[in-house]
Amino acid sequence: MASGLATISSNAIERRFVDLRAVSRKAFVPYVTAGHPDRSRSVALLQGLEAAGADIVEVGVPFSDPLADGAVIQASSQTALDQGIRFDQVLEIISEAKLSIPVVLFSYLNPLLRGGDDALKRAAEAGAHGVLVTDLPLGADPQLETWFAESPLDFIRLVAPTTPSDRMRQIAQTGSGFVYLISRLGVTGEQASLSAELPTTAARLRAATSLPLCIGFGIATPDQARAAAALGDGVVVGSAIVRAAAESVESAVALAVALRRGIDGA
Amino acid sequence: MSVSVHPSDRFGVFGGKYVPETLIPALDELESAYAAAQNDPSFRAELSEMLSTYVGRPSPLSEAPRFSERIGARVLLKREDLNHTGAHKINNTVGQVLLARRMGKPRIIAETGAGQHGVATATVCARYGLECVVYMGEEDMRRQSLNVFRMRLMGATVVPVLSGTRTLKDATSEAIRDWVTNVNDTHYIIGSVVGPAPYPRMVRDFQSIIGVEARAQVLERVGRLPSSVVACVGGGSNAMGIFHPFIPDVEVELVGVEAAGEGLDTERHSASLTKGTPGVLHGALSYLLQDESGQVHPAHSVSAGLDYPGVGPEHSFLKDAGRATYVSVQDDEAMEGFRMLSRLEGIIPALESAHAVAWMSHECARWTADDIVLLCVSGRGDKDVAQVMELGILDV
Repeated sequence: MASGLATISSNAIERRFVDLRAVSRKAFVPYVTAGHPDRSRSVALLQGLEAAGADIVEVGVPFSDPLADGAVIQASSQTALDQGIRFDQVLEIISEAKLSIPVVLFSYLNPLLRGGDDALKRAAEAGAHGVLVTDLPLGADPQLETWFAESPLDFIRLVAPTTPSDRMRQIAQTGSGFVYLISRLGVTGEQASLSAELPTTAARLRAATSLPLCIGFGIATPDQARAAAALGDGVVVGSAIVRAAAESVESAVALAVALRRGIDGA
Repeated sequence: MSVSVHPSDRFGVFGGKYVPETLIPALDELESAYAAAQNDPSFRAELSEMLSTYVGRPSPLSEAPRFSERIGARVLLKREDLNHTGAHKINNTVGQVLLARRMGKPRIIAETGAGQHGVATATVCARYGLECVVYMGEEDMRRQSLNVFRMRLMGATVVPVLSGTRTLKDATSEAIRDWVTNVNDTHYIIGSVVGPAPYPRMVRDFQSIIGVEARAQVLERVGRLPSSVVACVGGGSNAMGIFHPFIPDVEVELVGVEAAGEGLDTERHSASLTKGTPGVLHGALSYLLQDESGQVHPAHSVSAGLDYPGVGPEHSFLKDAGRATYVSVQDDEAMEGFRMLSRLEGIIPALESAHAVAWMSHECARWTADDIVLLCVSGRGDKDVAQVMELGILDV
C-alpha cells in the first residue's frame, strides 16, 4: 500500500482477503440499504447474510438523490428515508447487528458531510470498517479525500470501465481495503449478462494495484457471480438482494446462499 | 501522486466535480474540447453565425415606459423572450450542440423543468440531425404540456420521470443516470449553470452573450452603466449570463430573485441562496435546500423553471463575496408581476421572469428617477398561460 494511512485502519478487511486467499476462496460481498425493508428486518437481514456466508457486507446510507443507483436501490432508499433512517440510525443498525464480518458503508457524500467532523470515527465505533463514497472521485476534493483516508475506516475507492490505466493506479494508491471495480457503464441494477469488456478492465486494474479487487454493479445470479469471481477477489451483489429483501428476509438470505455457492464454484 | 486538481473547477470553495468515477473521463474530454473550441476561430464563427441567423441575436433592449413610470425608475428590458424558441436557453444549447459535434457524439440528452431547455435542445438537435432524449418530471409534463408537444414535434423523445418529486431535480438525476450508462456516444447538455465542472463555467460563458450585448446596448442608449441588473434565479443561467460582464463594474448592483413559493417561513419554496446551506447535489458544492442530515429538501415554485433545490455554484460564490444580492418573491406576487408586465408593456413574461418583475414593483421605495434598471426577461410567458388559467388565481 502506497500510503502509510492504511496502518491506522482496522485491517479487518485486509485480513479477510488474506484468509480467503489462503484457502483459494473469493469474497462474497452483499449490499443492503440500511433500514430496508424496515429497521428491525434490516438488522435481521444483516445477520442472515453473515450466516449465509457473506465475507464483507456493504451497508447503504439512504440518500434522497441517489444518482448512481437504479430503480431498486432508489426505491429501497426512499423506503428507509420514509421510516426516518438517517446516518445516525444507520450506525445504530450496524451496531445492533453485532456482525463478526467487516462492514463497509456505501454512501453519497452529502449525508456524510452532514454527519459532522467525527462522523467516520463514530462509524468505526459502531462497527464499520470501511467507507465507499460514490460521488467523490480521485482529485475531486483533496481535503475531503484526506479526511476519508486518515479516518479509522478503510477508504474503498471505485474504478470504472472508462478509467484510464494510469488513473487506476493513482486511485488505488489513495485507497485501502480493496478496490471496487464498477463492472459496466451504468447505474446499479440487475443485468441479463456481464459486460463483454469486463475481463479486459479487470486485467487492467489487476496490473495497476496489489489491493484486492471486488467487482460489482449488475451482478444478480449465481452464474454471473461465479463468472465475476473468476476475474477478481470478490463479488458485490446489490439490487438482486435488495429486491429479494423487499419480499422477505428469508428470500434474500436464500439468494445469498445460492450466490455463495455460485462464487465458491468459481 | 499526481492528482489533477483544476482551480478552474471552483468558484471560491463552491463547484467541483462530485460525480461517479465513470463520468470523469467524459468531463475531462468535455473540458479539453471546450478549451480547444474557445481557441478555434472556426468554432466561434459558426456559433456567432448560428446566434445571429438562427436564434435571432442580438436580442433587443426595450424601453418599458409604463412600467418605468409605475416603479419610479427607468427600466430597460433585455428581451431574451424574443429569441427563437422563446427563452434564453437556446444560447447555451447552440454552443453545446456545436461542441458535441466536434466531439463526435451523435446522441444528446437533456433535463428540463419548465420545458424551455428541453425545447431549445430538441430544436438545435433537429437543426443538426442529432438524436435527442429529454428527461422531464411527470409533474412538469403536466404543467407544461405545450412544451412536451413541441419537443415531440421536433423529433425528440421525452421520457417522463416518476421518481422523487417528479420535477427538475429528479429529471436531472435521471439524465445523469442515462449519461453514466451511455457516456461513450452521448453528450449531456445541462441547461443551467449547475452540475459538475466544467458545466457551470461553460454554460455561463455561452449565456454571457446576454450581458455582453446588454452592457453595450445600455451604454449606447443611455451613455452610462445601469445602476442595477435584475434577473430571476432558479439554477441561475439567465442571471449568470447577464451578471457576468458586469461583475468588474462594482458600482452596478446585481440582484437575483429566487422563488419564495408559498413563503420563506413554509417548507414550500425554492430559495436555495436565501434559506439553504452548502451541500453537494448533482456534482457541485453549492447552497442547497436540505435537512440537518443532508437529505435534499423538495423545492416548490409555481414556476417549473425555478422549482429546484440547488443553485449554480457561482451564485453561491457571488453571494458570499457580497458581489450580488439575492432576494425572493412568492408565487402570488409572481402572478402579479406576470399580469403587470402584460398589462403595462404588452409583454407576457415567463413566470420565472415574472418573479424579477414582481420584486422590482414591490421595491418601489428604493428606486429614484435617476436609476437605470436592467431587467432580464428570460423568456416569454406563452408556455405558462394554460397553467395560469387552470390555477384560476389571476382575474383577467
